[in-house]
Amino acid sequence: MYTIKNYHFAESVDEAAALLQKSRANTVLGGGTWLRLGERNIATAIDLSHLGLDQITETEEEITLGAMVSLRALEQSTLLQTQFGGLLARCVRHIVGVQFRGLATVGASVASRYGFSDVITALLALDTEVELCPGGRLPLAAYLQQPPARQLLVAVHIKKDGCTAVHTSHRLTETDFPVLAVAAARCKDGSFRISVGARPAVAQRCPQAEQAAEANGPEAAGEAAAEMLQFGSNTRSSAEYRKVLAKVLVTRALTELAEKESLAR
Amino acid sequence: MELHLTLNGKPVSKTIAPDASLLNFLRECGCHSVRSGCDTGNCGICTVWVDGQPLLSCAYPAARAEGKNITTLEGVKAEADELIRYMAEEGADQCGYCSPGFIMAVLGMKRELQNPTEKEVKHYLAGNLCRCTGYASQTRILQKYLAEVQNNG
Amino acid sequence: MAEQKLKYVNHPIPKKDAEAIMGGAPVYTDDLVPPGTLTVKLLRSPYASARITAIDTAVASKVPGVVCILTHEDVPKIRYSFAGSNYPGNNPFDRYILEDVVRYVGDPVAVIAAENEAAAIRAMKLVKVTYEQLPPVLDFETAEGNASVVHDEDDYFYQMDIGGDIKKNLLSSEGFEHGDFDAVFAACPVQLDETYYTKQNQQAMMETFRAFSYVDYSGSLTVVSSTQIPFHARRIIARALGLPPAKVRVIKPRIGGGFGAKQSLVCELFPALVTRKTGRPAKIVFTRHESFSASNSRHEFRVGVRLGAEKDGTVKALWVDSLENAGAYGEHAVNVIGLSAHKTLPLYGKASANRYTGRVVYTNTMAGGAFRGFGATQGCYAVETTVNKMARQLGLDPAAVRLANLPTVGEPMPAYYNETLNSCSLDRCIATGKKMIGWDEKYVPGSFGRKTGPHTYRGMGMAITMQGSGLTNLDACSVTLRLDDDDYYTLMIGASDMGTGCDTILAQMAAEILCCPVENITVDGVDTNHSPYDKGSYASSTTYVTGNAVVKAATQLVERMRDVAAQKLNVPATTLCFDGTTFTDGEKSLTVKEIGIESVNGQNDWLTVTASFSGKASPPPFVAGFAEVEVDTETGKVTLLDMVGVVDCGTVVNKSLARVQAEGGLAQGVGMALYEDVRYSTAGQLRTDSFMDYKIPSRLDLPNIRVAFEESYEPSGPFGAKSIGEVVINTPTPAIVEAIRNAVGVEIHSLPATAEKVYMALQNSKMA
Repeated sequence: MYTIKNYHFAESVDEAAALLQKSRANTVLGGGTWLRLGERNIATAIDLSHLGLDQITETEEEITLGAMVSLRALEQSTLLQTQFGGLLARCVRHIVGVQFRGLATVGASVASRYGFSDVITALLALDTEVELCPGGRLPLAAYLQQPPARQLLVAVHIKKDGCTAVHTSHRLTETDFPVLAVAAARCKDGSFRISVGARPAVAQRCPQAEQAAEANGPEAAGEAAAEMLQFGSNTRSSAEYRKVLAKVLVTRALTELAEKESLAR
Repeated sequence: MELHLTLNGKPVSKTIAPDASLLNFLRECGCHSVRSGCDTGNCGICTVWVDGQPLLSCAYPAARAEGKNITTLEGVKAEADELIRYMAEEGADQCGYCSPGFIMAVLGMKRELQNPTEKEVKHYLAGNLCRCTGYASQTRILQKYLAEVQNNG
Repeated sequence: MAEQKLKYVNHPIPKKDAEAIMGGAPVYTDDLVPPGTLTVKLLRSPYASARITAIDTAVASKVPGVVCILTHEDVPKIRYSFAGSNYPGNNPFDRYILEDVVRYVGDPVAVIAAENEAAAIRAMKLVKVTYEQLPPVLDFETAEGNASVVHDEDDYFYQMDIGGDIKKNLLSSEGFEHGDFDAVFAACPVQLDETYYTKQNQQAMMETFRAFSYVDYSGSLTVVSSTQIPFHARRIIARALGLPPAKVRVIKPRIGGGFGAKQSLVCELFPALVTRKTGRPAKIVFTRHESFSASNSRHEFRVGVRLGAEKDGTVKALWVDSLENAGAYGEHAVNVIGLSAHKTLPLYGKASANRYTGRVVYTNTMAGGAFRGFGATQGCYAVETTVNKMARQLGLDPAAVRLANLPTVGEPMPAYYNETLNSCSLDRCIATGKKMIGWDEKYVPGSFGRKTGPHTYRGMGMAITMQGSGLTNLDACSVTLRLDDDDYYTLMIGASDMGTGCDTILAQMAAEILCCPVENITVDGVDTNHSPYDKGSYASSTTYVTGNAVVKAATQLVERMRDVAAQKLNVPATTLCFDGTTFTDGEKSLTVKEIGIESVNGQNDWLTVTASFSGKASPPPFVAGFAEVEVDTETGKVTLLDMVGVVDCGTVVNKSLARVQAEGGLAQGVGMALYEDVRYSTAGQLRTDSFMDYKIPSRLDLPNIRVAFEESYEPSGPFGAKSIGEVVINTPTPAIVEAIRNAVGVEIHSLPATAEKVYMALQNSKMA
């Protein structure tokens, strides 16, 4: 549950960013799905709905997801169904239901740095930058490393680098949080990007697994990911089991990626 | 604060608390079909349409609905009644508590998907939980209902 | 027996309330709340065990909109049980409405009533409570004799001796023995000794607990509640508040599911207390979090099974040894445990010795209560899994083993209260189930059933189960059936339709005897002011017990109408034929309509019949359940491919409703087997307190569950019917667990069978 003293539709990105900086008691509203699980007393709730941030746009170089793009919009976008092997459209399909995904936003998913986020896991396997106000653009990986500062996340930019990618996960039920999530991409130059999320910590790339994938194939990459990444226990799984899953899911993701590529040829 | 929106085709203006949920607002407007089943957005029982899109009214801030078209079961009653007939015949209603949210999701799906497979139907409706039926009867009636809809063009 | 020619019973008939409940009509509890009703919120204990040394409500009371804040100082010091169960009965009286002791995380500490929800929540957060924390007892296996005692109050009492010793946290103990178990077991060439654990599964009905109260036109405290037990509720509310029962009234509207959760009082006393104190209407609606953490659930069990058999698979000796976790309060605990034996042992009708031992302990966790199956479910998992293991060890087909051990129709069942088995088509259920799942084609005995990929294996398992139909000589249900002033009838019941459709099936039964369309019968809702006494909808009693009362009443009403017709037509009653519309001797005739119209004018008697019924037996329904799974050995993930249930509920009263009941019950059993996990923190706080964390199956987690019926005919049942409500939940857990074992060779002795558990078991079996 949350309380709000003042509900404000921001009239510009700068205004929204300024409000966010003004007070710790001010909060940007995403879909509202996670916020209501807490107990916040919000002074000014900042609604970004009037800022046109719900668009998925494309240039020659990159695809831009506005902060208010819903996870459902990712899923339904014909552009995203064809880019990057359909990674972004696919990675959200297990998340609760269409009504929930219609509310949850890209901006909130990324800004909150949720460990369980399939979206972050997938974005990290792409060449992704976040756009902040104030602050401008920086790589997603760097953003995830930073402690949260009160910067407004305006958009996510993904370079159209021609990669193919897959997403896979292990879940206790089909629409539950992932116990472990993996996204793997093969770039045009043959290199890999392997992202493992819900460890339960937030997604991380695994350079050793990426090198092993290129040098020795899926199984070696899986073993490297299990060996080199950190895993923890929570109510859904032990650390030990997550380690097992890491090996299996990375191996399977890379195997699927290879099949996809050979089909494409 | 003041909220102005269109509810089932009629303009509505009301004073709301800034943190009101769309669900509570709709119930206060007399839409008894909109119910709460959980605290976490998992059950889908509160499904309504906002500008035609099925969303969870429990999580949707009422204030955000300013200027929008909200549709509840009450606003698509004739169309809903047809689906209700199929459900009643099959015994798929059981306690009935999840039915309005389910129906709003189905009618939304009907508008979005052309000739969906059973797998696609189940995926679309995955966010609508039911504890009484085990879903098998819902799957059965949807096969009949969607076939009928398809036949009628 | 000869085929019945039935026109309404044994047909698929839509529920009478279908359009209303699906179409959003305001017919549920929260739709009926009058304007100006106070909102009630409960401040709850954050500790599993503590004494309240001080409560300061001064600041909280000043919140604008707050009307009253009540603490343990404001409640009558009267002990009662929440259990919706016969009175006098064996449930301990171990509750106050509020107490200066809290016994589980979530136990209510203060009742806050305000003009609106926001004010109530604000005030709730400002109530200052000082607790003296006590070490809780959270593990039911170490509860008995634990230094921490859950109930040490002076005025705790039992109505009857139930073998308890509450200073040792022992709520009750019991047992029976038929034959000499030790001797028979010792002589058996095949001996098994197994132990299993089940958790406190949540009923998770979609409508949470809610009730509102007001003082009605005659000064009665009226409680409108989503409850399965209106009459028990009236008695308990009256007792707890120190009111004469005549001044308490309970009304039951449409209910959004119960599955037993609402067979206890849960929330009713809090608004009732506020209405008593303020004179104003008050309502409470439990959040989903409260429904999970502060109501009641299935009882946690450890079940030990010792089985002795011949080499041909004949079970000669069976001992069920159950330990049950009552939680912090004992409603239903005493009655649940026995079913782990009474509803499992009788299926092995060739045994010459049975033993049951049961102990129920208190712990500082949420109270157990009633949940579909009521102990039979826990026992079924344990016993059926043990029998499956025996079959495997002997290299026998588990389905064949069941067939060879079935009790005999016409014979008494010693482990089932010595009742005689009068109807059982379990042999046909097993045969049909086998056919439906393709058992003969696909079942491969042993382990590592059928390899379907580099690391996937398929397996199959089956199980049988029984339940009861009401409680013999205990459950009493009455109905009133009246001819209204035309040719329609009103059926007044006290049975509590919680979505099952009992309103409709009882009308079907009346319609069958009255030879009239079901639409001609109005079924009245339950209001203790005018409904006939019915103990409520639990123990799978409504079809059988209330149904028999309906048959009695309808039969008598026809005779009353016949007598009136005979008198008016001046012919002997025996010459009159009745076709639903008319009484005629071939020459003279009188219609029901004419009788009805006349009956309310002048010197005539209005035609109404009240009939009561209590079963002299509790005829068991049966289910044979079959499951097929695929297991991924790299992750341990279990995918349920097929779940089949074949049901013997006697004559199926409503073919569509019964099917959906069975499918729904099987789905709940699958949830218990694979997905539903109850987890606590080390301090006793429930972690899985939402649908986000407690995963009931979504439609993506289940195959299309398949159900068939093999009708038997129960001579004592209405139109040959038995119950169906509970029996349908029991078979999935043992069937699935056995299918997993058949697929990859691992045994699962605690539920749910998560992927991690299966994976770890696979690793252990490799290393062993």
